[in-house]
Amino acid sequence: MKPNDVILQSVTKVTVIIIFTFSVYLFLNGHHHPGGGFIGGLSTAAAIVLLFLAFDIEKVRENFQIDFKKLAALGVLIAIGTGFTGMLAGDPFLTQYFNDKNLPIFGKTELATALIFDTGVALAVIGTAVSIILSISEGDSLWKR
Amino acid sequence: MNSLHMLIFIPFVFAMAIPLLYKLFHPKIHLGWFVLLIPLVIFLHLFRYIPLVAKGDHLTTSLAWLPSVEMNLDFYIDGLALLFGLLISGIGVLVIIYSIFYLSKHREELHKFYMYLMMFMGAMLGLVFSDNIFILYGFWELTSISSFLLIAFWYERKSSRDGAMKSLLITVFGGLCMFAGMIMLTLITDTYSIREMILNVEFVQAHKLFIPVIICILLGAFTKSAQFPFSIWLPGAMEAPTPVSAYLHSATMVKAGIYLVARFTPVFGGSSVWFWLVSGIGIITLLYGSITAVRQTDLKALLAYSTISQLGLIMSLLGIGSLTFYFGPSEHGVTYSMAIFAAIFHLFNHSMFKGSLFMVVGIIDHETGTRDIRRLGGLMQLMPVSFTVALIGGFSMAGLPPFNGFLSKEMFFKAVNDVRVAEIFHLETLGMLFPLLAWIASIFTFVYSMILVFKTFSGKYRQEKLNRDVHEAPFGMLIPSVILAFFVVVIFFFPNVFSKYLLKPAFVAILPMFTIDKVDIKISAWHGWNTELLMTIGVVIMGSLLFITVKRWVPLLKQYPQWLTLNNLFEKSLEKVERYSLTITNRYMTGSIRHYFIYIFSFFVIVLAGSLLLLHGIQFDVSEDNVICIYDMGLVLGVMIAALTVLFTSNRMTAIVALSVVGYLVTMFFVIFRAPDLALTQMVVETVTTVLFLLCFYHLPKLQKNIGRIKFKLTNLIVSVATGLTITILALSSNSHKLFEPISYFFENAYELAGAKNIVNAILVDFRGFDTMLEISVLCIAGLGVYTLARFRMKGSDHNEAE
Repeated sequence: MKPNDVILQSVTKVTVIIIFTFSVYLFLNGHHHPGGGFIGGLSTAAAIVLLFLAFDIEKVRENFQIDFKKLAALGVLIAIGTGFTGMLAGDPFLTQYFNDKNLPIFGKTELATALIFDTGVALAVIGTAVSIILSISEGDSLWKR
Repeated sequence: MNSLHMLIFIPFVFAMAIPLLYKLFHPKIHLGWFVLLIPLVIFLHLFRYIPLVAKGDHLTTSLAWLPSVEMNLDFYIDGLALLFGLLISGIGVLVIIYSIFYLSKHREELHKFYMYLMMFMGAMLGLVFSDNIFILYGFWELTSISSFLLIAFWYERKSSRDGAMKSLLITVFGGLCMFAGMIMLTLITDTYSIREMILNVEFVQAHKLFIPVIICILLGAFTKSAQFPFSIWLPGAMEAPTPVSAYLHSATMVKAGIYLVARFTPVFGGSSVWFWLVSGIGIITLLYGSITAVRQTDLKALLAYSTISQLGLIMSLLGIGSLTFYFGPSEHGVTYSMAIFAAIFHLFNHSMFKGSLFMVVGIIDHETGTRDIRRLGGLMQLMPVSFTVALIGGFSMAGLPPFNGFLSKEMFFKAVNDVRVAEIFHLETLGMLFPLLAWIASIFTFVYSMILVFKTFSGKYRQEKLNRDVHEAPFGMLIPSVILAFFVVVIFFFPNVFSKYLLKPAFVAILPMFTIDKVDIKISAWHGWNTELLMTIGVVIMGSLLFITVKRWVPLLKQYPQWLTLNNLFEKSLEKVERYSLTITNRYMTGSIRHYFIYIFSFFVIVLAGSLLLLHGIQFDVSEDNVICIYDMGLVLGVMIAALTVLFTSNRMTAIVALSVVGYLVTMFFVIFRAPDLALTQMVVETVTTVLFLLCFYHLPKLQKNIGRIKFKLTNLIVSVATGLTITILALSSNSHKLFEPISYFFENAYELAGAKNIVNAILVDFRGFDTMLEISVLCIAGLGVYTLARFRMKGSDHNEAE
């Protein structure tokens, strides 16, 4: 987009990693502390958008060979799918379960099906946000031609 | 989740696997072989329920779906549901075998075809097994949608698209009416369960909404079952591939309306409105269908009209049978209950013979390349097996022995003869019409059945009119039709076996006043020289005379003016409606965003400010408000300055930045009020939207510096001031009302209830998980919408450049 953005590109390379890590932290933390699928997903999307701004869309595309529309659909499917697991056990649709388990490395950890649901939410948010921005900006590059 | 629920969901689940199977096996194995398993499994599984249902019992299962609003997947199997279930799955098996040979695996998009077909099968099974009427309604509309998709399967053809559109418009119109009727019915009975409604009959019949409910529900049933004057969609639906016509549009889907009427007979039966509407429309449809069928030259159109007429026959029988509820289980009641039995029996028989006939017509089409009677003839020697099947099916449809149609036709004649002696609902005078119309319609039924069989198979074979060499169909296409034809004969000789295990339980399901061991119904072919037999003999004599002279009088029927046909009226009125709505829409859809904002905001103000004023909602209570400190004042000041900057700047970039300043300052409020989740969300959302805005505004022209004075517009001022005021008042008063129970219970117990210490997230993923699920679905759909719009515009611009 811009001819000279060395500083932006260099900073982005570092910050993106920080943002991604922070997003994962936010996402996993959501059960007990501020965060969750929605915020985690959105900040991941923000990081990807930052990449788009700093580098060329084509370049990012080459490295991120993900169809974000499909990602969004996958997220929705996961979220709906977790709803049916409860039904298999005879509980109402979208019943969530949780239990404390002793895992080898992490020690006593709470495992919750809500996390799977939240994964769906996160994927849907990332997919939708990025694909909206991509489709508008792609329309843009064609517009200019 | 038990096996019955599994049964209904198997087709849906399998439909999802079809694209995968298609990818893996596509050119090697015909997809139909995999699909075949599903109806087969369902059919065999349903067989297990026969002994239970034959005893007169029924089975209920429930699966909680939305227990808080009483929307649960309550399924139950009684005789009627089981009969339909067996028909759906049994004929489904045959139709899929047939389709494997009918649809080429090289040319057709089989994955789509079978996906729609599975969707239909699941919906239809769900429809007949549902006890909750809103679940039933959902499945009902799903059958309409899958039928639409299947009719438009060859979507390159205009006629296919038109036929699909017509069927969708009519059946969905009826479906929505039925939905309204069902809502009224639940208001009256205060239950969603059909069985509980049946227990509250007196309640329903005495209610002032009784007649509107009947009309609404019957509109649904009549549109679905192609009753006069809604029948026009069925001939159009014949554009679908023949397996679909045989399955949806003769054996199963069009019988959904019959099912509904039968199901609701205990609720509405015994009233004169119900009787006259159901039996009257039924008998008119019977006559209309049979007369129109005679003048058709396309074999499938002929079958479509004959289906309409046969559905009318079954409908009228159900109407007559509803008199049972007027008389109760007395001698009279037993007489009329036989009409219900005849209806079930004929429905069963019709599925058999009409299915086989459709398959034969499909074979003819497949082998000769035409369905036009005028080009066909003399196929008897070339296609002996098809001819035999057509002969059996056609004679059964005409009501001749030794085929099953004879038995149910005789019962039909008996029922219409019995109507005269009812002496209620003006039947002592008008009752004479029933046997008369039925007899005339039966003559025409005889004639078109003969046309179907003899015009195609006897006479002279005219090779020059066909483009290819004709030979018998492949084995796999013949097998299903032969099986159906076989049953047509078997049912004639052993009707009581079928009666005991299938028909009687269905009979008891419709008429709960009879118990299965007390019902003494024996079907026999010979009743002595009674009126019914004489009527049949009359039909044969008159019908044969008319058939011999068919060339002389059919042209007379074709004289009927084209512009007066129902189809033409429908199309003309549709055209008019489209034109008028377009002019009205154009008047306010100006394409100017400013106008749309005026509509949106004034609607907003009218509804919200109006309800605030009407319901005395304006109330300010500052007693529980927080103390305003210096940070708050500073933030508010900042927000105001930023907002004013947006208004008065001459640079778009500045405007966007100022707007995001407003957003970030609001984030600070969340921080002050200790809502970290909200603050985080708001911050990230703000970042992403700013980027979005920048992208969008990139396309717009620069704001002009010397924009001059914008003309003052009073409307805009009023709307904007009113909107601002409404929002402010609403925000202030909503803080002062306590309309709902506080939800702090969840807050305090989030850890025990959801195992989460973060209440916000627990609400999102657990307590209100349903909302979140739908929200992300909407989000995803919106994303796809933006994508499509952006793409669409790009293509459009390319196109313009090319020109």
